[in-house]
Amino acid sequence: MTSRNVEDRIQKISSVIRVIPDFPKPGIMFQDITTLLLDTKAFKDCIDLFVERYKDKNISVVAGVEARGFIFGPPIALAIGAKFVPLRKPGKLPGEVIREEYSLEYGEDIMEMHVGAVNAGERAIIVDDLIATGGTLRAALNLLEHVGVEVVECTCLIELPELKGRDRLGDKPLFVLVSAS
Amino acid sequence: MSGFREEDPRINSIRTKIRVVPNFPKQGIDFLDITTLLLDPKVFKNTIDMFVERYKNKNISVVAGIEARGFIFGPPIALAIGAKFVPLRKPRKLPGEVISEEYTLEYGSDCLEMHVGAVQHSDRALVVDDLVATGGTLCAAMNLLERAGAEVVECACVIELPALKGRERLNGKPLYILVEYHS
Repeated sequence: MTSRNVEDRIQKISSVIRVIPDFPKPGIMFQDITTLLLDTKAFKDCIDLFVERYKDKNISVVAGVEARGFIFGPPIALAIGAKFVPLRKPGKLPGEVIREEYSLEYGEDIMEMHVGAVNAGERAIIVDDLIATGGTLRAALNLLEHVGVEVVECTCLIELPELKGRDRLGDKPLFVLVSAS
Repeated sequence: MSGFREEDPRINSIRTKIRVVPNFPKQGIDFLDITTLLLDPKVFKNTIDMFVERYKNKNISVVAGIEARGFIFGPPIALAIGAKFVPLRKPRKLPGEVISEEYTLEYGSDCLEMHVGAVQHSDRALVVDDLVATGGTLCAAMNLLERAGAEVVECACVIELPALKGRERLNGKPLYILVEYHS
């Protein structure tokens, strides 16, 4: 696999992401990955790029953030032989949960994970489609670290670098395919 | 499973990995939790493989997954059979132009949406969710796809609650499931 090949695949992936202006509100340029999911080769390339990066890193947990992290996380988990752990909005997971509060632009939200889903000492990656301010990923990181999991990396398709989400992850590495300004 | 059909040896571990959580979301309801299945990589893979083996030679061009647990099973199937994945979502989540389908719940109603342009007339589609209960959500999903001109080939779920007769709400469309749950 040459770097040109990786570059070509990323270029293609970037070109099939649709930007929708003024969603969910005026002034916001929404990065829509649903058009990528309609391009079978680009979707496969996207998953392959993540799998190539993580398959030899002894990752036993892929945690995906609801809901678009549920689209990208499981294919990666299946390919690298890791479990998939959904991180959900409050009240969705039926069993006993641990929760983490985090702040939004206006107000707060809560992220939950099932008790017993992960064990201390496991090596994990956290997957979401996009990182903006980093609030959601920070909450996911906290949830996993509170139970003794080693988060190896946070991984997204898209980063909005102007929102400095990377800074909110502290010393945790962040891997992204596409940077959107 | 009824009848004398020999059960695929992978079914038993799929069944036993599903966790029953009593009294969720309310008293008297047994919730069938697939998150415990996702914690076993081999069993999760077997689950996907069973769907892939069934659909890979059926010229399926679209796998439509119902938010949110359909998002877990749909994409791996889509990737393996070379189909597009189309997320069917709760209202106001999809950012582009959508078509909406309302459906009734036990109390009140809900709505499912799909992006305009996601499917075409020539598309052969599969609808995927983790579980079929009353069939209301699957029915709404099928309607969305058919309104956009696609042909729904089959609905596929990991679990069926046969007592709720969801199968009858599918307008004769076939339903394929791996595990039945009888309370």
